[in-house]
Amino acid sequence: MAAAVPFEQWTAEEKYGHFMRRIENGEKIEADDWMPDDYRKALIRLITMHGISEIMGAFPEKEWVPKAPTLRRKLAIMAKVQDEMGHGQLLLRVAEDLVKPCGKTREDILQDLFAKRLKFHNVFHMPSPTWADAAVIAWLVDGAAILSQTMMLKTSYGPYGRALKRICQEESFHAKHGESLTLSLAEGTPAQRRMLQEAIDRWWEPLLMFFGPKTKEATGHTNVDKNLKYKLRTKTNEELRQEFLSKYVPKIRLLGLAIPDPTLRYDDEKGEWIYREPDWNKFKQIVTGNGPKTDERLRLRRTSYENGRWVREALAQWKAAAV
Amino acid sequence: MTPEYRTALIELLYQLADDNFILAYRGSEWLGLTPHIEEDVAFSSINQNAMGHAAIYYQMLEDLGEGKSDDLALLRPPAAFRNAVLLELKNGPGNYWDAPDYDWAFAVVRHFFFDVFKSIRLNALKKSSYPPLAAAAGKIVTEQAYHLMHWETWFVQLMMSTDEARRRMEKALSLCWADAGGLLSLGKWGAVMAEHGLTATEAEWRDQWRQAIGQSFARVGYVPIGEPGMAHGDGRNGEHTADLGEALSILSEVYRSDPQATGW
Ligand SMILES: [Fe+2]
Ligand SMILES: [Fe+2]
Repeated sequence: MAAAVPFEQWTAEEKYGHFMRRIENGEKIEADDWMPDDYRKALIRLITMHGISEIMGAFPEKEWVPKAPTLRRKLAIMAKVQDEMGHGQLLLRVAEDLVKPCGKTREDILQDLFAKRLKFHNVFHMPSPTWADAAVIAWLVDGAAILSQTMMLKTSYGPYGRALKRICQEESFHAKHGESLTLSLAEGTPAQRRMLQEAIDRWWEPLLMFFGPKTKEATGHTNVDKNLKYKLRTKTNEELRQEFLSKYVPKIRLLGLAIPDPTLRYDDEKGEWIYREPDWNKFKQIVTGNGPKTDERLRLRRTSYENGRWVREALAQWKAAAV
Repeated sequence: MTPEYRTALIELLYQLADDNFILAYRGSEWLGLTPHIEEDVAFSSINQNAMGHAAIYYQMLEDLGEGKSDDLALLRPPAAFRNAVLLELKNGPGNYWDAPDYDWAFAVVRHFFFDVFKSIRLNALKKSSYPPLAAAAGKIVTEQAYHLMHWETWFVQLMMSTDEARRRMEKALSLCWADAGGLLSLGKWGAVMAEHGLTATEAEWRDQWRQAIGQSFARVGYVPIGEPGMAHGDGRNGEHTADLGEALSILSEVYRSDPQATGW
């Protein structure tokens, strides 16, 4: 009987069966627990993408940090973007533990990013040409992120769940900050309102894309199914997108802003939102590293990383000497 | 409050507000560009603190009838600014949004010099004859220990590791030293400020700063050449570089963009 045999001597199937029972029982998997390679790979893909998205996500907003209009807004957006970098840091640490058994480090993760082997969310490849973009990002992109992150709070991987708990608390501040920025512009001058409407027009399609395609036929891969099987996530892309529409369409309309989709309506019979499908080919282009701002932002990230090399070398030497 | 006292007080408050405002801005340009992610997070806290301090001082000026604090920060011409020139100098070639070739050694030395000075100044201001200032200084000074430790750690580690780091740091040291005198200046109203007990005298905090910096230099075996200078002029008297004008146009770009706007 398997139970009498020490774990190390179990067959691969026995280990896998035991692991899947733990998942099905709702147990949390920890960094040092045995896990199938497939699960580890799914985690690495999910968490590095999330962590790198937080870091690359700081870029479109960071452009507006020094330019934020008032002292109060300058302080608020500094704190917000700092949180995002903090989320990136938290998640990269979780990812580092996962890639360690594969002999990899944070350096490898960053090199993967620079070489476009690592994806990050479509929204962070987009331009943010006005202050209103900073408002819409914080309100709606963070709003969308909250929905997908809250859904993953019960994820089967313990360290990820704990990081998400802290992240979600901070995200709710971000959405409030974004709502406040948006309100000021909506209640402002015609020029401020126009700037806001143009930002909504720019961000609507990227926001719908954010949750990913409806079916695997559209993407040709099964990551979502795999993540559902391992209880890394609990909802499909479409369920999240519907939640987003239910939560934000009324709010956007209440501000007297137009949504750039004449077909958008709630179908009472079907109990769901009908909307114009975003261009999924464009989505594929963007997330594979060919978005309008991808190269510029990656270049910025890479140059600053290269510029800091002498500093990291100095720190490494300092640490080695201290041992 | 005599007119003379009031003038000296307002000059002093602009020095305090503008120092923190401009350096917080230079720091915020580094966001996302520092040597590692942990530093992005830590550095940003420091910049937020400084920006918060600037807001406190601008508010005091607003309370004295100088105008709206946002207008004071964002709409004055460069010549009205009273920050030390050292704090306005660019982080390096390029812009924060495009090909920044920023110098981390310069950031470390500049912030280290400033935070040592800021602690000395706040401790003196705790005894200021203007009660709101004394109260604010007493609160703000409690945050200084963390900032000082942060920059002192960087300073020592970079000075005592690789040859390349030492070379870069010494270059940054001589750049900052050439303008460090501007930090220590109280400007043309300095004597009046001290006479009315608004601050300590310029000579007092110069001695204290030299002593504190001298101790850190001794720890890393560094000897500066000459006295701290004012190579680019005395910002306390409104002398500034083109870097300040450029910074202010970025800082106020959105605020100025819609003159009809009453709220942001
Ligand atoms: Fe975040
Ligand atoms: Fe956020």
